Amino acid sequence: MKHIFKKSPLLLDPVTHYCPGCGHGIVHRLVCEVIEELKITENVLAIAPVGCAVLAYDYWGFDTTEAAHGRPLAVATGIKRVRPNLVVFTYQGDGDLAAIGTAETVHAANRGENLTCIFVNNGVYGMTGGQMAPTTRLGQRTTTCKDGRDHKREGYPLKISEMLAVLDGVCYIERTAVNKPKNVILTKKAIKKAFMNQIEGKGFSMVEIISQCPTYWAMTPEEAVDEIENEILKVTPLGVLKDV
Amino acid sequence: MKAESKDNKRVLMVGNHVIGQAAIEAGCKFYAGYPITPQNELTAYMADNLPKVDGVFLQAESEIAAINMIFGASAVGERVMTSSSSPGISLKQEGISYLAACRLPAVIVNMQRGGPGLGNISPSQSDYFQSTRGGGHGDYRTVVLAPNGGQELFDLTYLAFDLADIYRTPVLILGDGVLGQMAEPVTLKPSFKHEAVKVDKSWVLGETKNKEPKVIKSLFLEYGALENLNKELQKTYDIIEDKEVKAESFYVDDCEIILVAFGATSRICQKVMMSLRQKGIKIGMIRPITLWPFPKKTISDAAHKKVKFLVVEMNMGQMVEDVRIAVFGKSEVHFFGRTGGIIPSEEEIIEKIRSLS
Repeated sequence: MKHIFKKSPLLLDPVTHYCPGCGHGIVHRLVCEVIEELKITENVLAIAPVGCAVLAYDYWGFDTTEAAHGRPLAVATGIKRVRPNLVVFTYQGDGDLAAIGTAETVHAANRGENLTCIFVNNGVYGMTGGQMAPTTRLGQRTTTCKDGRDHKREGYPLKISEMLAVLDGVCYIERTAVNKPKNVILTKKAIKKAFMNQIEGKGFSMVEIISQCPTYWAMTPEEAVDEIENEILKVTPLGVLKDV
Repeated sequence: MKAESKDNKRVLMVGNHVIGQAAIEAGCKFYAGYPITPQNELTAYMADNLPKVDGVFLQAESEIAAINMIFGASAVGERVMTSSSSPGISLKQEGISYLAACRLPAVIVNMQRGGPGLGNISPSQSDYFQSTRGGGHGDYRTVVLAPNGGQELFDLTYLAFDLADIYRTPVLILGDGVLGQMAEPVTLKPSFKHEAVKVDKSWVLGETKNKEPKVIKSLFLEYGALENLNKELQKTYDIIEDKEVKAESFYVDDCEIILVAFGATSRICQKVMMSLRQKGIKIGMIRPITLWPFPKKTISDAAHKKVKFLVVEMNMGQMVEDVRIAVFGKSEVHFFGRTGGIIPSEEEIIEKIRSLS
């Protein structure tokens, strides 16, 4: 029998705490595959967030530090500035990156820190039970906006990728999704480019990955991937927002 | 100003610069800070001088970012420092709690100013509670060193880096606006005998070649795991309490009144003590140099029926609580303090002393 696909050895074997149909598992795999393919396992250093991916270090096989909620890019800055030869990346959710950590995100990007940021956006706080996130869509229901997000009451979704794309320090921003095989392949390509940029010393790169959260969207996994295709991508279209 | 550090020449330097130079001499390679008075001279000194020794200076976007930046640089094994003044130190507390939990060495300087709230920019000692009780959330301690000026600013900063490495803990230098701004002669070498410390750095990240991947974290969800971390931390704190207490005593065997003061206040109290002794008044003094671990035994040993303690602080009475615990009812304990950025005068301390007899 011929092997046509093998799990990256960097993706470890424990049963994850992620819900059925969650997109984090796919993104973890893609990150591990890219690190393996770029042969940077021995000098990669990850920063895990607070949020659903808080236990990421249990699932991947390279050095990782935790960071306080919202602070991964400040921690990454400290690491990269004293160890420029390490390949340093943060793995963050929307609450971590675009609410409590907005200042750290904007300033690390604006300083042009030579870092890679993997931003997994599912539009809710999953770990704490489905509260409204900065990226929750208008009309989307969460435990803290039960009638659906209303801009008069909760304000508008934060277009963090668009915000960062206008900053001079930013070299690359792309929005992708992991709702169907084609998008998964494009996501992997984007992640690889974001790592390559750092290796080539180009500056701050971020991939925003639209990811499904069936549990807190109150959907089946199948409905959740369709929701991305039919609703979410209409208001947050995929594509390259900046590439210099 | 860059002071010559190659020989043992004494130079005149303001306290904030002394701390900066001591950090550089101790091998600090990463500093992140944010502007706040009265410690800005330290940030500027690091910006000027750290790059000259291949260190990295970064002005962070906030105190929160600064403490998390040093968290990162510490996780890969560099000697790191940040500094601020009271309101900024409040912002750093979350990060200090993470440093303590993740067992990361770091030096944090607090040149205190008047509080609470925005307070003012004058000297104060009102962060004693915050400093000596951990400061952030959770059950932890930080070593707190309280220099009272000049050479000690250099020596204790230098020592702070060793203690942080040896015990894998954040170490706080608790100064104030007076100490930061006052210029005194110093020798830019430690005045104590110093040998390079050998510490275990096997936990450092980013050196994975042919090794198992490593993780630095403070999240422990499995039953009992977090209690175990706390027990490990407590073990370290017990060793620190046993080995690292520092205090200075004057005339405690020959006095009826013992002043207790730290930092800038201790300089004033020392003058009070000398002038009253010349007048035949039997007065002595104890100066805690480490505020945590607190010199309980020094104070307890000096306490008896015939002696009265007077604790002088630039706050409404904080260290006095630790003195009362140490005295344990064996002596009367009195307090005198000025706060809100006001420095107590010799005259008003003397008046308070006279009111005790």
